[in-house]
Amino acid sequence: MSERKYIEPQPSAETQAFWDGAKHGKLLVRSCRACGKAHWYPRNHCPLCSSRDLQWIEASGDGEVYSYSVMRRADPPYVMAYVTLAEGPTMMTNLVDCNADHIRIGDKVHVRFIETADGAHLPMFSPKGKHND
Amino acid sequence: MARPALAYIVGAYEHPTRDAGDKTMAELQADVALGALEDAGLNREDVDGFFCGPDAPGTGPLSIADYLNLNLRHVDTTNTSGSSYLLHVSHAAQAIQAGKCDIALVTLTGRPRAEGRGKGGLVRADNPQQPDYQWEQPFGMQILNMYGMTAMRHMHLYGTTSEQLAWIKVAASHHAQHNERAFTRKVHTVEEVVNSPIVCDPLHRLDCCVVTDGGGAVIVTRPEIAKSLKRPLVKVIGSGERPQHQQGGYFEITTSGAAWSGKIAFEHAGVTPADIKYASLYDSFTITVLLQLEDLGFCKKGEGGRFVMDGNLISGIGKLPFNTDGGGLCNNHPGNRGGMTKIIEAVRQIRGEAHPAVQVKNCDLALANGIGGQLGVRHASGTLILERE
Ligand SMILES: [Zn+2]
Repeated sequence: MSERKYIEPQPSAETQAFWDGAKHGKLLVRSCRACGKAHWYPRNHCPLCSSRDLQWIEASGDGEVYSYSVMRRADPPYVMAYVTLAEGPTMMTNLVDCNADHIRIGDKVHVRFIETADGAHLPMFSPKGKHND
Repeated sequence: MARPALAYIVGAYEHPTRDAGDKTMAELQADVALGALEDAGLNREDVDGFFCGPDAPGTGPLSIADYLNLNLRHVDTTNTSGSSYLLHVSHAAQAIQAGKCDIALVTLTGRPRAEGRGKGGLVRADNPQQPDYQWEQPFGMQILNMYGMTAMRHMHLYGTTSEQLAWIKVAASHHAQHNERAFTRKVHTVEEVVNSPIVCDPLHRLDCCVVTDGGGAVIVTRPEIAKSLKRPLVKVIGSGERPQHQQGGYFEITTSGAAWSGKIAFEHAGVTPADIKYASLYDSFTITVLLQLEDLGFCKKGEGGRFVMDGNLISGIGKLPFNTDGGGLCNNHPGNRGGMTKIIEAVRQIRGEAHPAVQVKNCDLALANGIGGQLGVRHASGTLILERE
């Protein structure tokens, strides 16, 4: 089994703050002052109400598994997932440090950051509590 | 019945090849264009509207219009991946009604086998300028795992099983055995499907479509021209389209765009799912079919698993014969884009020209649906309703 290689994220002017925060272990989410809702993925226009009055908030890092799928034929295999954040929106991510056969939709998970070859920190999630193995 | 026609499909042609190592893309485009024109009883010089996807090499329609020497007054290169060609027929009907063209050619070609993409992960060629790129590509997003997550969540919400999904492949394989051009004609059992290797949980190898080269084309025209030709009349009476995506992070991946495109098309046509005698449903994966059955209204949300069991999709056995050519699961999914072949088999059924073993009796009303892009993240559904006149 080979070591996982990640495609680098290529931050933009719209998203640099997110990736800077990730380097410091912070999961930043775009939240709208006009409608009060957080959205995913981060952008400078609120996709829910079109306001430009947005702020970065630090998410709790808590979420639950919305769905997942184990990429069995990848080398190494990995767990693609959607996680619904405690702040509301659902984000695409991976589940790591978990037994792929024990994951269930609805499992509580918490963010952790995985570093790429170029030093980007990708927000991924691990189970909280019993499935940790 | 005298429902108003949007337009008529007067020519349909499926390229016989499944491996086009010896043909260029341009040659395939010409093969399918001329094949559909011949089927209609028309000539290249008659075409004044051209609809193609990004599979046509060159800038939009320009290189192929040049190669074929078409003299055009209307072009459309809408790209919603595999569903593009259903949208093209709808857009062609609209253009014809608006007087922008009289005889529209719609083409699809592809040669993923010849180009060596027949094996591997079917990784998309994504552009970092896409706003979603940095939020998806680093995590290993691929076509397979998007459909895998969709199936996983459907199973979680509704208790759908792998055996139920397998019935969709089984039905397609029963049809494909009669199609001498089908990529695979092997009749499968539920056990064979669920015992094939898992490629991406919960999808097995036999839940996935085939990878083939080739393509197809259709000709769309206005009533006066259609009635002057010698082919059975296939009327387009309804169409709908719907791009569906992540909605700012608040979405339900087990509902496809077909929930919208189908409703629009049925209202447009003035018919209901219960009236449909035959359905061509996009079958990139078995789960794709299941979602369309529910979202188009052939059964209630969550009941797709029970609906497909016991051969309910097999012609002559079940209530809703689907993909009687063997579909993308067995027959042909040219260029990883299954929309064109969905239209073509629906036209064959309406004309009474499907294989006798799978021809639906008195097939006067058919539906064709496409899901292009990826379920589970971004896709577009296109629906057409066809009627015999
Ligand atoms: Zn807002």
